[in-house]
Amino acid sequence: MKKENKHSKFKKYGMVIDLDKCTGCGSCMVACMAENNVPFKQDESDKLLSITWLRLFRLTNDKPFPETDVCYLPRPCMHCEGHGGHSPCVSVCPSTATDYSKDTGIVSQIYTRCFGCRYCMASCPYKARYFNWWDPVWPDGMEKYLSPKVSPRMRGVVEKCSFCYHRYQQARDKAYMQGKPDIEESDYQTACAQACPSGAITFGDLNDAKHAVYQLKKDPHAFRLLERLGTNPKVYYVSSREWVRRAGDNYLKDEGRLKKAVH
Amino acid sequence: MKIDRRSFLSFLIGGAAGTSLSPLPWKLMDDSSIWTQMWPWTPVPEDGAISYVNSVCTLCPGGCGITVQKIDDRAIKIEGMKQHPLNDGGICMLGLSGLQLLYGPRRVKTPLKRVGTRGSDQWMKISWKEAIAETAKKLDEIRSDNQPHDVAAISGSDRGTVPQLLMRFLNVYGSPNFIRTPSIQDSYELTLRLMQGNQSMAGFDLENSDLVLSFGSGIVDGWGSPVRMIRAKSSWQRSQTKVIQVEPRLSNSAAKSDQWIPINPGTEAVLALGLAHVIIKESLYDSVFIENYSIGFDEWKRHVRDEYRPDNVGKITGIDEQTIVTLARTFARASKPLAICGKGQGSTPGSIGEFMAVHALNALVGNMNKAGGIWAVADHKYIDWPEINLDDISKNGMSKGRLDGAGSKTYPFTRYRLNRFADAVDTDDKYPLKMLFIHDANPLYTMHDTQQVQKAFAKIPFIVSFSSYMNETTQYADIILPNHTYLERFEDVPTPTGIPKPVIGLVKPVVDPQFDTRHIGDVIILLARALGGNISAAFPWKNYQACLQDTLKGRWQTMIDNGFWSDPDFTAPSWEASFGLPSEKFEFVNSDTGLMPKSDLISIEGDEASYPLVLVPHDSIRLAKGFVSDPPFMVKSVSDKVLKRDDLLVEINPETAKSLGFTEGSKAVISTPKNKASVKLHLFHGIMPGIIAMPTGLGHEGTDEYIDGKGVNYNRLVGPVEDPVSGLDVAWGIRAKLSKA
Repeated sequence: MKKENKHSKFKKYGMVIDLDKCTGCGSCMVACMAENNVPFKQDESDKLLSITWLRLFRLTNDKPFPETDVCYLPRPCMHCEGHGGHSPCVSVCPSTATDYSKDTGIVSQIYTRCFGCRYCMASCPYKARYFNWWDPVWPDGMEKYLSPKVSPRMRGVVEKCSFCYHRYQQARDKAYMQGKPDIEESDYQTACAQACPSGAITFGDLNDAKHAVYQLKKDPHAFRLLERLGTNPKVYYVSSREWVRRAGDNYLKDEGRLKKAVH
Repeated sequence: MKIDRRSFLSFLIGGAAGTSLSPLPWKLMDDSSIWTQMWPWTPVPEDGAISYVNSVCTLCPGGCGITVQKIDDRAIKIEGMKQHPLNDGGICMLGLSGLQLLYGPRRVKTPLKRVGTRGSDQWMKISWKEAIAETAKKLDEIRSDNQPHDVAAISGSDRGTVPQLLMRFLNVYGSPNFIRTPSIQDSYELTLRLMQGNQSMAGFDLENSDLVLSFGSGIVDGWGSPVRMIRAKSSWQRSQTKVIQVEPRLSNSAAKSDQWIPINPGTEAVLALGLAHVIIKESLYDSVFIENYSIGFDEWKRHVRDEYRPDNVGKITGIDEQTIVTLARTFARASKPLAICGKGQGSTPGSIGEFMAVHALNALVGNMNKAGGIWAVADHKYIDWPEINLDDISKNGMSKGRLDGAGSKTYPFTRYRLNRFADAVDTDDKYPLKMLFIHDANPLYTMHDTQQVQKAFAKIPFIVSFSSYMNETTQYADIILPNHTYLERFEDVPTPTGIPKPVIGLVKPVVDPQFDTRHIGDVIILLARALGGNISAAFPWKNYQACLQDTLKGRWQTMIDNGFWSDPDFTAPSWEASFGLPSEKFEFVNSDTGLMPKSDLISIEGDEASYPLVLVPHDSIRLAKGFVSDPPFMVKSVSDKVLKRDDLLVEINPETAKSLGFTEGSKAVISTPKNKASVKLHLFHGIMPGIIAMPTGLGHEGTDEYIDGKGVNYNRLVGPVEDPVSGLDVAWGIRAKLSKA
């Protein structure tokens, strides 16, 4: 009990994504692009070069007709905590352009510090980081819809999901102005969670027992991606289907039941 | 000084060592990384006052509420409106991309007059005064020749004040040729008319059902009001409602259902009747409803009993006999089971046989006009305008039959037949069309056998488009009178299809008009003024906004405040008051026409010997296929298993591919009796062998550089197939073959 009180001073924002609810509609992807001034090119079909902070993967169980099954999996940045804030990317960044915030649990990305060595991209096991190979170009007039809350990135830097950090800042300011000690759960929601028509994405403070994610992450069917690497990600997935849960990590063929990593 | 080898090398090595010890290389590297990132053309969006405007999205017929975030006078983000009865905060990716249309390159910025050949994209800017004068002059000429019926209009909807103004204009001018673009709404309207005698739309109380049986309807793929459907799907997870999806391909809807039953495409009606057979045989039907509120049951029962035994049905549909029997029992034993149909997003009408059969299933279990059932929703009539006065020319024009044959003796109940329209324009010399208006429609992309439709359009001497955006049909216009986009105008959005309770949304101007565009309502009123006489008199309003305010009356203020008006307490009429036929009952066999639910199987074009495979479309919520095509964000989110560079990938079962000698990503040519196209193959286990599924919504031309030339338009490969009862185009696919590229 004492320990929990000590921890609750710090926030640990994270997500629980219900893959049984997710229909693969892709609203989260576009909500993220629209919120965060993500650029686009004439051809975006090379997905290695296509900047999508939140990317929707399509998984199949690869069984022949008619036993086939399909499941979608939205992948934002996992905001890995590692052990004591040692996220894979944070550990390797030579310019402190990316950092783990112990106050919020959010892995930041400061574009003006990044000089584009892309070491973080190599170290990220989730491929959640993207490099700006070109300057962003919006067609004539379209710059009007750009949001001043998120700075457009320039050529030569890495970018990734920030859990809509600018919304956290707004919510923090709002709480301060209203004299509230804490941010309301509903005041800080990411753009993807807000747009999701199926209600599959739940966002909140994993340390706060009053937040929905606190309970949801304890679901017996909850898992995280590549848990055995020890990245300690803050995005949980829930699926009632065993094959989907297995697809969340690298299992050898002869390995038996799913194992939980202990952190 | 003599430079020998030794001193030269010493100089070089010493220089290199000295430079690397100095801060110079590091400073240069640092500077170059800073300066390459500081180009002034990386935009810095201006900050300003934040505000929010509630409105309604009109990019699809879904009618979702939106909240648009603004910084000063710029719209920066569209979000779903919280507390809206349909979407409550949720929003689809088309809705989210709306600002890319508002500020995007495909906008038509001023009135334009075509100067090049059709489709060559060569235009001359003209003023609004000239544009309206020219259009009015043309209208006047045609009318002076006493041929007003030679003017037609194609519109994406026939409900709401804007389509009604257009229809009113056409009628008072003297033309009966107002045509709504086809969808399953046509099939449902006709079914309800024949079996219940109501002129109404089908509403589905899906959230309260406990079993949903879908005959290929893309529940989470954009059928009905898309966000509402996805929300309903999530609510079923909580209420443990079972969902059964019947279709040949594992669509996202099938993957999200509790049970996927693959079926031979086009045999859905047979399955529905097979289920009816079991339900009747085992007396699982609702006898109260059947005995007291229906007629024709015995006659239909005999037909079903003789023709649709599960073993026969199994052979035709490819579904195991036991599965059919179990499915029938599961359906009939649920307390609020609901069967729905209309394949994919429901943009192609279905055969009347199929729709009546599925509707009869709902009748068998008595799940009509009650919680969890199908409701016949009479159009909420808030438009109450004064009668129009027709002069002799108009009367004469209106007395001519419709060009598309809808409402004629052959198709008495069909209201609009855009499929026949193109044919008639092309071949009917007695009815030479002289002028066509296009509103919220893109028939040169969405109609089957597009090349034929294009040929017909080429014969129309004068085409006027009201489109805000460039697209295939806009490119064919002679004059474009660009409407404001939905983010710059007022408009009402009546209850969307499939919604059981009335909701009227109000589209509000979020930003000032960005370009020299005008509201279509105002333009219609101006055209009427220019023509004068009884035509002008039919439009007594100062402008469109006055008309809208006058029409909505007391609701106006509520709608300005909330963004919508709704009636949450609305309930469907009781069974006593439900049926508008002379019998005042539900008619399994329509007493007038003798029509009943039976499976006149709609055969598709092509013979099996030359075309051994079957091509079917597959709709995705990430590919808009209506009059608006994908904005850049949506194209960006299309999978590389659907679009790779400019190549479209079609889905095929790995076994079928193997037998034809193809592998993943193989290039191939797909040929149908109508056309052929180069594609790539994507092998997918979740599709029946022998079938090719092609993504819809791609293969655009004349829109913008972010979508043009990508993929193939499915509609170019498919020809129309007419339903014998409705005369609607109900082609659900076409026979095809694959050959190596």
